[in-house]
Amino acid sequence: MKEYRTVAQIAGPLVFVEKTEPVGYSELVNIVTADGTVKRGQVLDTSDEVVVVQVFETTAGIGRDSGIRFTGETIKMPVGKDMLGRILSGGGKPIDGGPEIVPEKRLEITGAAINPYARASPADFIQTGISTIDGTNTLVRGQKLPIFSGSGLPHNDVALQIARQAKVPGSKEEFAVVFAAMGITREEANYFMADFEKTGALERAVVFLNLADDPAVERIITPRLALTTAEYLAFDLGYHVLVILTDMTNYCEALRQIGAAREEVPGRRGYPGYMYTDLASIYERAGIIKGVKGSVTQIPILTMPGDDITHPIPDLTGYITEGQIVVNRDLHRKGIYPPINVLPSLSRLMNLGIGKGHTREDHKKVSDQLYAAYAEGNDLRGLVAIVGKDALSERDRMFLEFADLFEDRFVRQGLYEDRSIVETLDLGWDLLATLPEEQLVRIDRELIQKYHPKYRKKAQG
Amino acid sequence: MKKSKENGAQGALKRISGPVVTAVGIDAHMYDVVKVGNEELMGEVIKIQGENVIIQVYEDTAGIRPGEPVTNTGLSLAVELGPGLLTSIYDGIQRPLEVLVDKMGNFIERGVSAPGLSHEKKWEFVPTVKAGDVVKAGDILGTVQETNIVHKVMVPPNAKGGKVKKITAGSFTVDETVCTLEDGTAITMLQRWPVRVPRPVKQKLNPDIPLITGQRILDGLFPIAKGGTAAIPGPFGSGKTVTQQQLAKWSDAEIVVYIGCGERGNEMTEVLTEFPELEDPKTGKPLMERTVLIANTSNMPVAAREASVYTGITIAEYFRDMGYDVSLMADSTSRWAEAMREISSRLEEMPGEEGYPAYLAARLSEFYERAGRVINLNGAGGSVSVIGAVSPPGGDFSEPVTQNTLRIVKVFWALDAKLSQRRHFPAINWLNSYSLYLDALTGWYDSEVSPEWNPLRAWAMGVLQKEAELQEIVQLVGSDALPDEEQVTIEVARMIREIFLQQNAYDAVDTFCPMSKQYDMMKAIKFYADLARTAQAGGATPQQVIGVKSKNELVQIKFIKDYEPALAQIRKDMEAEFDAVRAA
Ligand SMILES: Nc1ncnc2c1ncn2[C@@H]1O[C@H](COP(=O)(O)OP(=O)(O)OP(=O)(O)O)[C@@H](O)[C@H]1O
Ligand SMILES: Nc1ncnc2c1ncn2[C@@H]1O[C@H](COP(=O)(O)OP(=O)(O)O)[C@@H](O)[C@H]1O
Ligand SMILES: [Mg+2]
Ligand SMILES: [Mg+2]
Repeated sequence: MKEYRTVAQIAGPLVFVEKTEPVGYSELVNIVTADGTVKRGQVLDTSDEVVVVQVFETTAGIGRDSGIRFTGETIKMPVGKDMLGRILSGGGKPIDGGPEIVPEKRLEITGAAINPYARASPADFIQTGISTIDGTNTLVRGQKLPIFSGSGLPHNDVALQIARQAKVPGSKEEFAVVFAAMGITREEANYFMADFEKTGALERAVVFLNLADDPAVERIITPRLALTTAEYLAFDLGYHVLVILTDMTNYCEALRQIGAAREEVPGRRGYPGYMYTDLASIYERAGIIKGVKGSVTQIPILTMPGDDITHPIPDLTGYITEGQIVVNRDLHRKGIYPPINVLPSLSRLMNLGIGKGHTREDHKKVSDQLYAAYAEGNDLRGLVAIVGKDALSERDRMFLEFADLFEDRFVRQGLYEDRSIVETLDLGWDLLATLPEEQLVRIDRELIQKYHPKYRKKAQG
Repeated sequence: MKKSKENGAQGALKRISGPVVTAVGIDAHMYDVVKVGNEELMGEVIKIQGENVIIQVYEDTAGIRPGEPVTNTGLSLAVELGPGLLTSIYDGIQRPLEVLVDKMGNFIERGVSAPGLSHEKKWEFVPTVKAGDVVKAGDILGTVQETNIVHKVMVPPNAKGGKVKKITAGSFTVDETVCTLEDGTAITMLQRWPVRVPRPVKQKLNPDIPLITGQRILDGLFPIAKGGTAAIPGPFGSGKTVTQQQLAKWSDAEIVVYIGCGERGNEMTEVLTEFPELEDPKTGKPLMERTVLIANTSNMPVAAREASVYTGITIAEYFRDMGYDVSLMADSTSRWAEAMREISSRLEEMPGEEGYPAYLAARLSEFYERAGRVINLNGAGGSVSVIGAVSPPGGDFSEPVTQNTLRIVKVFWALDAKLSQRRHFPAINWLNSYSLYLDALTGWYDSEVSPEWNPLRAWAMGVLQKEAELQEIVQLVGSDALPDEEQVTIEVARMIREIFLQQNAYDAVDTFCPMSKQYDMMKAIKFYADLARTAQAGGATPQQVIGVKSKNELVQIKFIKDYEPALAQIRKDMEAEFDAVRAA
């Protein structure tokens, strides 16, 4: 392989190379520094005059004396059956002291788009045991459902609880877990690893670790390596795979850094204008394919800068993912775990996975009614702060109390409390029963008569 | 597509930067379709700068090198129009996704071309003109039973026409001649039309018939006319897609073109699985049979996303030319605008507002201008209604795409995160939304629904407006401090919101509400309001009036298909309860 020593310029993570023979767009590049270290990069722009290479590691040590080798192929990742149980770096190299991965295949890490015609609609209810998810923001197999959180909030606990408890009722298969860390601290990573080890999840997990002190640009490839692995496990080997990506905010920061180095016209708050498309190339790698056994379910985690859901990172994410689970600081301060605020949370695929034949026929309407009543009660809290409880009508007071009850009994649960969907729905009914029956305007009469505790008791007694 | 061997048809690549590449050594015109690289990826000329020809490529360019060949086809980006469009699902450049699965499996690889229509399938052609008849551009020559929809085979709009020499009934592929004119012109069932050029019409008319959607807040409060334009902006999760899908399902258009432009793969799959199972409420036939889908999801190439909107509207115009009422949904026009921005920034063009190209407003208005109720070339009527979703960053409507869209469209359905968060769906804000067709449609509602409808609508809007004012007071002093009469107004407004405006897309009955039922529901709410007013005039307290239990049953009406007996009973019960109040 020809080696060029024609580096003309180095700016941030970008290396500009001149006078090359024709180099392919997106090609993998090896950069050999004076001390013999080999760093990897990728072609971002290629022409007769200059080739722009984005380096995935620190550019420290790269200079005009470095040798540039164009490999003639795009970045591929070796994948194989023996990946389960392994810990790899954010760049895909084993870091657990074990052997190299025996490749059965080498796959393109960018991953082609699933043809929408080949997709099957996700419809298998995943029971996470968490009421605010199962009851009101149901996750289904093949969905991409991120956790929107803030710094210092227990999103990791929520993600781990999901990973521990997630099951498809009636199916014995356990999820394989692909975990990709991007720029999180060693301590956080250890927290995840310890839990995986304790529960035995590690044996059916593949872990990619790009930690806070690892190169930021490597974060651009970490989720792609993870998803390539997940797709292989799912669509070649037939596993149901749960992918946890954390923290997507760090990924986006790396993207911004590269954009700035390329002197691109920035979009909102300095993030590249193509960030939507770029994030979509990650998040859309979830789903089920007709006639193929496995599935890829994604739970990306991101911390909203300043707890602001309109910040470009959560905003663009929410526009791509199939809903979001929002972890909330106020609930956390009130000491409620999991501090999930259901109001801005959403699962767009919920309707496909609930109801008769999936969970229970009353599921959708119970969920709608819980939302409506909680939203109303929550609004009234603002009013009470101004006019006091006494100025409220009797009806309003009931809704106000409902909101407290909802947070205290429905939202709050233990770190290891695994509620079945029937328990969750019945709990929902118990809370709704504190309201007068005619206030349950979201639910048809028939369902009320079948599931409302008042009638249930009558029917039993 | 034919490859030309003339001089200047073949050149070489000079630079590759993502979806935008530069070629030298070809003579090209703007918007010519070119084949890029050894794999002959499809691209389109978007800029010419001296000898540099700049091309957007519709497929992934990874691995392509400078020096690889570029060939100009000399043709513009065009779609194939003819029998076989209905029930299809295409990518942004009209490659049938079903065919792509056959050719390259479950993932979309590149370098595979596939024509928009099957060139092998035979269709039964039945002439409607005979030898000796004189036909002109746009005239109908015959029909094909495509699905339950009759496909009309027309003289292409750019043809001269003339006297029919020979026209044959029988089974033909789209490439076979079905009609020959005296001057030797051979006409097939296939038309190719460049997507960036609107198909011609004789005349544009003012829309005065509503597109009935079965969605109460739309038909009842903010209707769109057939041939009209509407925008539906909202933050993520507020209901743009569900609303558009509801329109695709239930609107009384004859043909539906649904464009998933830069959105989710699973949403298109949902349409694909659901539509064949659902029946058109008007014809009883599977909804899929009147539908054409275009899916260029967020992870498919951005240049093809840019093209998808044009592909869709051209197909819509083609069915309009047959005389059909077509409705087109584009979800989301913001992703289309972003594709323009992405390409523009690769071209290093001077950015306008928020990095969008300076021609954003022009492109948006050119697109919406292709909607309309028209007299076609053949003298018949037809329409294309266009409904575009807009996805403003952070849900902030002051951004360029929303603002430029609102300058053009006549209907604004403003989605509101506060409403969607409380699961008030459709989360269309009744205070900010508007329809500029209201006046033009008054006559239709008068004659087709009831002369009482327009005043009833005005009454409901008045109550909602009043509620908003009262809420400001309530926020300060609490609801008990309101005058008696106003306390009842608040209750009536709640009924309008919960009974009439809220409509559950996932309830088997409530998902579609015929106009007659909308009228009955609103009339029943007004009936309560009137009884309440009379009772209060007779001295009843707000608590007594609000305490009337039977009115709470009204909300159940939306879940009942044959609701008339139940509604009549509730009206009777309400009267009886008010009688009791008066007696007390
Ligand atoms: N009880 C309700 N039921 C349904 N919709 C409501 C209700 N209350 C308010 N809304 C809707 O929510 C919108 C916003 O309500 P609100 O008046 O609380 O916010 P705002 O004052 O406009 O916004 P902000 O103060 O947050 O800037 C209203 O325009 C109305 O459409
Ligand atoms: N008319 C409706 N009836 C019931 N639910 C709705 C309705 N409109 C929206 N929703 C709910 O809101 C969610 C988000 O809607 P969607 O159309 O996907 O939002 P957007 O396209 O604006 O991001 C849906 O998954 C559904 O749960
Ligand atoms: Mg949407
Ligand atoms: Mg306010």
